[in-house]
Amino acid sequence: MTAPFMKPPRKNPVLRTRQMNLPPGARGRVALGLTAAAAEGRFALQVCADCGALQYPPREACHRCLSPRLPWQAQTGEGELLAATTLAHSNDLFFRERLPWRLGMVRLDAGASVMVHLHGEVGEAPCRVRVGARLDRAGQAVLIGYPEKGTAHMADDTMLREMTSDPKHRKVLVTDGKSPVGQAVARAMAQAGADIVWVGHAEPWKQLPGLAELAALPQVTLVPLDVTDERSVNERAGEIGGKVDIVVNTAELHRGFGIAARRGTDVAKSEMEVNYFGLLRLAQAFGPALKGRAADGATHATAWVNLLSVYALANFPAHGTFSASKAAALSLAQCLRAEMRGAGIRVVNVFPGPIDDEWNQNLPPPKLAPAALASAIVKALRDGVEDVYPGDVAQEWLARWRDNPKVLERELAAGGM
Amino acid sequence: MAHIQKRRGYEGVALTVPVTVPYERYSIRGAHWFLGQAVRALVQGSGLGKDQIDGLTVSSFSLAPDTAVGVTQHLGLSPRWLDHIPTGGASGVMALRRAARAVQCGDAEVVACVAADTNHVDSFRQTLGSFSDFARDASYPYGSGGPNSMFAFITANYMRTYGARREDFGRIAVAQRANALKNPNALFKRPLSLDEYMAARPISEPIHLFDCVMPCAGAEAFLVMSPERARDLGLPHVLLRGAIERHNAFADDPVMVRGGWAMDQGDLYAQADLQPQDIDLLQTYDDYPVIAMMQFEDLGFCAKGEGSAFVRAHDLTVAGDFPQNTSGGQLSCGQAGAAGGFIGMTETIRQLTGQAGERSVAGARHGLVGGFGMVTYDRCLCTGAVILGKSE
Repeated sequence: MTAPFMKPPRKNPVLRTRQMNLPPGARGRVALGLTAAAAEGRFALQVCADCGALQYPPREACHRCLSPRLPWQAQTGEGELLAATTLAHSNDLFFRERLPWRLGMVRLDAGASVMVHLHGEVGEAPCRVRVGARLDRAGQAVLIGYPEKGTAHMADDTMLREMTSDPKHRKVLVTDGKSPVGQAVARAMAQAGADIVWVGHAEPWKQLPGLAELAALPQVTLVPLDVTDERSVNERAGEIGGKVDIVVNTAELHRGFGIAARRGTDVAKSEMEVNYFGLLRLAQAFGPALKGRAADGATHATAWVNLLSVYALANFPAHGTFSASKAAALSLAQCLRAEMRGAGIRVVNVFPGPIDDEWNQNLPPPKLAPAALASAIVKALRDGVEDVYPGDVAQEWLARWRDNPKVLERELAAGGM
Repeated sequence: MAHIQKRRGYEGVALTVPVTVPYERYSIRGAHWFLGQAVRALVQGSGLGKDQIDGLTVSSFSLAPDTAVGVTQHLGLSPRWLDHIPTGGASGVMALRRAARAVQCGDAEVVACVAADTNHVDSFRQTLGSFSDFARDASYPYGSGGPNSMFAFITANYMRTYGARREDFGRIAVAQRANALKNPNALFKRPLSLDEYMAARPISEPIHLFDCVMPCAGAEAFLVMSPERARDLGLPHVLLRGAIERHNAFADDPVMVRGGWAMDQGDLYAQADLQPQDIDLLQTYDDYPVIAMMQFEDLGFCAKGEGSAFVRAHDLTVAGDFPQNTSGGQLSCGQAGAAGGFIGMTETIRQLTGQAGERSVAGARHGLVGGFGMVTYDRCLCTGAVILGKSE
């Protein structure tokens, strides 16, 4: 049984902050298929399209019939632990700093032997286990052997915590609390056990609906933060940047229409100022401090969450300039992910469909409730997922985009949703 | 219509001039230095000119980006037959098999089989992460324990399946240390007791310190030629009596419990017209004691699962009733990279030609050498074995 993760004692400020050493991150191109699935929380392995043989480690040719057709298929991960070991020595710094470390060899029922990181609740071999895939601190997929039936606090397993970004006992910055989504995220973080939730508001002199109630939560502190103002962002980073463990960028400007419905570029510029340049300013100001604290104790800095939009994948002409600003933000978020990877900070991109708010008033349901979006973000942090498409609309758009992006473009151009 | 051609035997193949370039824990020199010194010792030991070596096999992990090709220019050799055999613990058997055919067919008259590796302070770690595609993708990211954790699985599974105990593996390590004390080249100079073995610190349960080999720098080499040529040169030599190899055997075993030897041992003894009880000394590939034990079983010295009873019933030292790894093996000499795949070969040549000094096994006529190499993912893929016999 896993002991619940308790709030660690205050850090001694005189001691050196431990630096991050990533686990081995090299993978071949084929093996990255495992990472691509794990980034969305799925466990998939190659299965031969011709003879059905399961393949592991990932391959270029079927080990049974030599077919090159080896698509990735979802796995249940059911299997038997055949042998376990506890490492007391490692040649790699990441593991050396985290010994002892438990490993197992599992025979999947589907038919392959897989090496796994072993959850502490898994008993002695032989026993039944469930294998899943997670992203490790290097951002690469690894397989994990879970107990068949876990206990209440199994997420607090020391090994598993290295793969996830649970807000519990962490300090979170929600960059904008003006919107219903920002407020829902702040509440969800408090509920998830965050120690401190800083909530930014760009115009502190205004009495905005819901903010006073939010500020009444013991974990929540309102802080002035205007993502369109470099000085404001830098001031806030100077004040709390060295303490923030998770950044959730909820700052968003959303207006309707595309190109012809408006004269001039003012609205489009404003969208870019918040949705694109806002992210850039935040990343420049808060990114380095986050990276510097990536191994700072049990509640080290861990994640950066971007509120994007499923419109970032393909332009939704009815919200054309907004879509463009989110596409720009997605591209920048990929750059941020690459730059944060070296420190083991996870960048989580969230792609909601239309949110049930004032700017999507004219869109038909289903629309995503702000609270549901907030839960999806907390879940992504707890599950160590990198790309999240919350809600039915986002899931459907993703499926259509994956199926054929050109077809989706045509459908959207014809006024479809 | 099936066309089955009987495989030709290994008659007319002699091994001579066993060379060991002294092992060092760490060296600032490159693999080429150790290769060079090994070839130099072959030349000096044989009385041949360098230009009379017309065949060469090279085995090394630390030679990159060079291969055997670059070695010819580096050492000023001009062989008419060349092979690069980077198969670690199986490289000795594989080099010999290929050299034997070259000599039998006349493609080369004198083949130098050389294995050498250097070992810098960080070499081992760097080798692990880039050892194979599968290791990079599916084992190294899991704790980066290298072969230790894979052999921990294999050992734990073997213990559970067949009831072996740590003490049984300890007997192998302790006996080999006793043998090593009679070998001036062994890096380990102190006796090892079973109590010390049992009390060693864990590395990757159930693997403890004395189950692991120590990486080091060094080289091993020998010459392959016809027995007539060896006789003309006045070189003490042994004869190749049989040889097998097998790769990726029993791939469906979920965890390795047997090696390819089990598939081919009948062939091996048939070639030599011998039985396991005719073998006077055995050199197993001993990267971990469990693998030595598996060779006792899979090479026919006892039944599967009886390895632990076998080691309890026999004395594995040079003076014992079942001399095993008479040089001390890799567990007590050190593992000089690919040279670890040659250490049993050079030792057996020495034993059967009266060059083993105070660790000579009295009256030995036949020696068996096992090879085992390349943990690309969850098991060693290459297995092989040869039987060598006295030349008279």
